[in-house]
Amino acid sequence: MATTTTDSPRKSGKSRKSGRSGVPPVRRITSPDAASRGRGGQRFILLGLILAGVYSLFPVWWLIVAATKDRVGLYQSNGLWFSGMHLWDNLHQLFTYEDGVFLRWTANSFLYAGVGSLGSTLIALATGYGLARFDFPGRGVVFACVVGSFLIPIALLTLPLYLMFSEIGLVDTPWAMLIPCLINPFSVYLAKVYTEATIPFELLEAARIDGAGELRIFFSIVLRMMTTGGATVFLLAFVNTWNAFFLPLTVLRGQENWTLNLGLYNWSGKRAESGIDLTSLVLTGALLSIVPLAIIMTAMRRYWRTGVTMGALK
Amino acid sequence: MVRSQRWKGAAFTVPFQLGFVFIYLVPIGYAVYESLFQEKQSGLGLGGATREFTGLDNYQLGLTDSAFMGSILRVVLFACVQIPFMLLVSLVLALFLDALTSKAANRFRIVLLIPYMIPGVVAAIVWINLYSPEVGPLTPIGDLFGFDWNFFSPSMVWPSIGNLLTWHGIGYNMVIIYSALQGVPRELFEAARLDGASEARIALSIKIPFVRGALVLTGLLSIIQMLQIFNEPALFRNITPETVDDSFTPIMIIYNQAFNAGNYHYAAALSVLLALILGVSSFLFYRLTAKEVD
Repeated sequence: MATTTTDSPRKSGKSRKSGRSGVPPVRRITSPDAASRGRGGQRFILLGLILAGVYSLFPVWWLIVAATKDRVGLYQSNGLWFSGMHLWDNLHQLFTYEDGVFLRWTANSFLYAGVGSLGSTLIALATGYGLARFDFPGRGVVFACVVGSFLIPIALLTLPLYLMFSEIGLVDTPWAMLIPCLINPFSVYLAKVYTEATIPFELLEAARIDGAGELRIFFSIVLRMMTTGGATVFLLAFVNTWNAFFLPLTVLRGQENWTLNLGLYNWSGKRAESGIDLTSLVLTGALLSIVPLAIIMTAMRRYWRTGVTMGALK
Repeated sequence: MVRSQRWKGAAFTVPFQLGFVFIYLVPIGYAVYESLFQEKQSGLGLGGATREFTGLDNYQLGLTDSAFMGSILRVVLFACVQIPFMLLVSLVLALFLDALTSKAANRFRIVLLIPYMIPGVVAAIVWINLYSPEVGPLTPIGDLFGFDWNFFSPSMVWPSIGNLLTWHGIGYNMVIIYSALQGVPRELFEAARLDGASEARIALSIKIPFVRGALVLTGLLSIIQMLQIFNEPALFRNITPETVDDSFTPIMIIYNQAFNAGNYHYAAALSVLLALILGVSSFLFYRLTAKEVD
């Protein structure tokens, strides 16, 4: 730290031309923000951010390294560096273990997250549009339900849902996951905010005067103008469903319908339960389960960035 | 607006309304209804169990259940340490980002957001293995410096989970605070600098008060999440069932009552209680923190 304090702001303070007595030195400002802290402060800030970056990344790095090791390497070599290249063996093991059940879980995760989010996005866009651009009786109640539902703990919904689903024979079927995913109040909230920002009343009036029906206006004008909002809503719902744990744990009992998360959870508990050590498979599987998320987030990063900040608005 | 048009507008919200009734309102009503009953063994238990209306007995039981109340207290105490710590780190990092040029800030922001992109279950799996004395790198590093740490011991398990949550949540909270910081009018800094304020002083007296709303919000979201914590302790329980027992957090107790003890009525009452506690604490937190802003 000694080097960073030598050229502290005080140095630049000396170069001031004049100063009123009793007033702390005024610093010359070259550029409004960044440069004004002086080099020492800047270095300190960079150091802090780099440390935070290392903290953020080293677990991911460790996971990547661990997925390339065989069992001996995993237990005996330095965790932060490679030791032999066994990624392909691990993948082969992962996809053939118990007749390829991992592949099944991957397909399930895609099904629930993909179809569920597509459906919920469409429902949410229609609802958000209805709430934002029409003044109908009960509108306030619907919106109050949307916002109020943010505070409902998941256990309060999931347990009775399990009982209801088991009475109508839906437990242990993909529907038990898909139906709850279709109704996403947070998506509705986002869709309403996006509608308010992108769909002007005048445009709707003009379309009506031209004789377009309400359905046609929604499908050929509103949906088209809402692609950014829709993509953001879809992406957030996809990530949410992909990451879900409590709901699938409760409503999916047999392993053929499980999600990746549920399968990995089960495998990681095998050792305490029956002494079978699947650590190597769990780690390779964990790495693999991040890949689709990484791809979709990179491909849609523009939407994701706005989505993360929008998430805070609720 | 024409009357028929209003109803057409309402029709757009009908699919959601129907789904909301089926996925939210009916289950909540069902849970409240079920919570008013108990299964009673008739006679010597030969005739099987019968349902009996017991009013608020389950709630009374829940409020005096030391395991349930203990789990809430445990989570609340943990929240009082972890959430302020995580928000403080996020705030400092957001202030750091704010001091950089936007290009450099962007790069760091992406790097620091990476943990948030990882599913919670996977994040827990990764950290559990990092902590593991057999495969994790942290134990040998500890040995090197003479620490003999066991991340799964009863005194370490909360700090271990806390570190996992902090790692996972810093990026998200930082981004929220950072985007609030972007809204601070830049002229204020100029004026403050001309008055001789140091950068630290500007951060303390201008920037932090300005992002107070964002801090309240991230705090509120964190509290809501924390009271419902389940995934992380469930995964820790896989590794150390003796330290993380099945009544470690409120939701774990509820899950256990419903699916292992088969006591659904009691589980329903506990989940209603948890919802009430969640609602009240969010409201109080919001009132307390929002008031000071005015």
